[in-house]
Amino acid sequence: MGFLVIDQLTMTYGQVTALDDVSLTVKEGEFITLLGPSGSGKTTLLMSIAGFNRPTAGEIVFDGRQITGLEPEDRDFGLVFQGYALFPHLSVADNVAFPLRVRKWDKARIRARVAEMLDLVGLAHLAGRKPRQLSGGQQQRVALARALAFGPRVLLLDEPLSALDRMLRETMQQELRRLHRETGVTFLYVTHDQQEALTLSDRIAVFNKGRIVECDTAQRLFRAPKTRFVAEFLGENNFVTGTRQGGRWTGLGTGFVLPPDRDLPEDRSAATLWLRPGDIALGPAGAGEIGFQAVVEDVIFAGTSSGLHLRLPTGEPLVASVAAEISAAEITGKTLAFHARPGAVGVIPEGA
Amino acid sequence: MSSRFERYALLLTLPAGIMVLALYALPILQVLSLSLTEGKGAWANYSQLFTSRAVAKVVGTTLNVSLLTTAITLVVAYVIAFGMIHMTARSRRIALLMVSIPFWISVLVRAFAWITILRSQGVLNGALMGLGVISQPLELVYNRLGVTIGMVHYMVPFAVLLLYANLTDIDRRIVQAARSLGARPLTVFLKVWLPLSAPGLGVAALFVLVFSLGFLVTPALLGGGKTLMIAEYISVQISTTRRWDLATALSTALLIVVGLLIALALRSPTMRAAFGGGRR
Repeated sequence: MGFLVIDQLTMTYGQVTALDDVSLTVKEGEFITLLGPSGSGKTTLLMSIAGFNRPTAGEIVFDGRQITGLEPEDRDFGLVFQGYALFPHLSVADNVAFPLRVRKWDKARIRARVAEMLDLVGLAHLAGRKPRQLSGGQQQRVALARALAFGPRVLLLDEPLSALDRMLRETMQQELRRLHRETGVTFLYVTHDQQEALTLSDRIAVFNKGRIVECDTAQRLFRAPKTRFVAEFLGENNFVTGTRQGGRWTGLGTGFVLPPDRDLPEDRSAATLWLRPGDIALGPAGAGEIGFQAVVEDVIFAGTSSGLHLRLPTGEPLVASVAAEISAAEITGKTLAFHARPGAVGVIPEGA
Repeated sequence: MSSRFERYALLLTLPAGIMVLALYALPILQVLSLSLTEGKGAWANYSQLFTSRAVAKVVGTTLNVSLLTTAITLVVAYVIAFGMIHMTARSRRIALLMVSIPFWISVLVRAFAWITILRSQGVLNGALMGLGVISQPLELVYNRLGVTIGMVHYMVPFAVLLLYANLTDIDRRIVQAARSLGARPLTVFLKVWLPLSAPGLGVAALFVLVFSLGFLVTPALLGGGKTLMIAEYISVQISTTRRWDLATALSTALLIVVGLLIALALRSPTMRAAFGGGRR
């Protein structure tokens, strides 16, 4: 039995199915991210766990106890919102003390705990400020301190960093990792930002259209996605049609062999092949590599690298990411040789 | 960096501005000047406000009825507005319609309707006596009770709309946050809803109080001449007893009190924010 078990949860609003038979088992102390495009059901699931949504069917079991019908205030889960949702009329310290006063802790204990939590998020010097006098990053730290103050065993986070600018977001990601490590609390994190999911999570549950498409570690989802949706949603990717005859593939180049652990079952002969832009290199193929010719249609400078927009002889488009020193004027419009390692090519059976 | 249009946009408000000045500000200034020159002069006119027992009684009644009306109106309107923001969109539309229906009915008609309901042979007393609940008709109208009932009825829709606007603006995630932190419904109401609706309550209270202090039609009809409030008293002084000195002095005094009340309220930062003065 898992620590937090979501069992066949379904939620419909009228005609709309927000969650469609979703099951997920969360381990204690895990950092798990619910990732997906907007409207994919990830926030609906988080709010169902928090107790604000009543699922149409299925159940939620926490630590062996049925909590599906429990009110939010009886669940003892911390919750952090995208817009922080701090109490604007209370000071930072009073915001953090709120869950403790509700639980009728005695004054000395509350004071000590508030100081401890503000230390944890590095805001002890701002205890007397009102939320509107703080920056976005500071407000989010207060929200974290408040949600963790009463010692919840699960922290639910609903796109907590999406309102911050990029630099601050990266700092806060470090902060979240540290808080997770130091508190040992189980984190359930909702985001639509795949980079954030890859950076933060032990495991990622990828959502699409109210279902969990795949759930695995970041590395496995990135290197060996089982579905086209995950291959496309996590990181940049190229897709080309491939066919297999006598164990040899045609699609990207011709007559190449894929490693056995990548390859399709014996009885199939067509698949979508994927290859990440960073795994394509300029120049002819060496021994055991896949070589192919492509026309360079455009070169997009992106700082440390350049994106080459290629077109294969089959008409399929392809993007390659190469070192930025390349001269756009010299190669645009030319047909050049490219190569890739067979181990970098992934296979998605037709229909997945 | 204003565009040509923005610079001249002020002109669009000119006709309304001229009208307010000619039909509103000038007559008020005339009242002010009359209060200083009429009868035995300014000192006599204003000092009688503090010496006349009739004025003292009228002011006492006005304050009493206005404060009571404000208190009852706020409680009733808050309950309705709070209910409305928690309704489904469909019920809310119906509720908003119901709240605005009184605006379409003349204040006179409403006052007479209340008399029909409340007088001794009226609908309510008739029903209660018919049911045998009471043997003597209750005195529900032509007294403070009747005036207060009529005024609360008039004020509630305004207060509901003011409070509804304020309550709609409250970020519901703050309420969700309170619940996720373990707060039960009563705590959520007392520690979150109530403090966050303080600006709305302040604006509604000010509006109802100021309106009540100068209210004429409803107190005149439902008070039946026995419960006399300032506006009706002034009107009697002008049209019946021809005491222009007293009437203009009392009018000016009321205007000053209301002005001070608003100025005082605007000193509070929450009220300034509610009036859109910006909070920075």
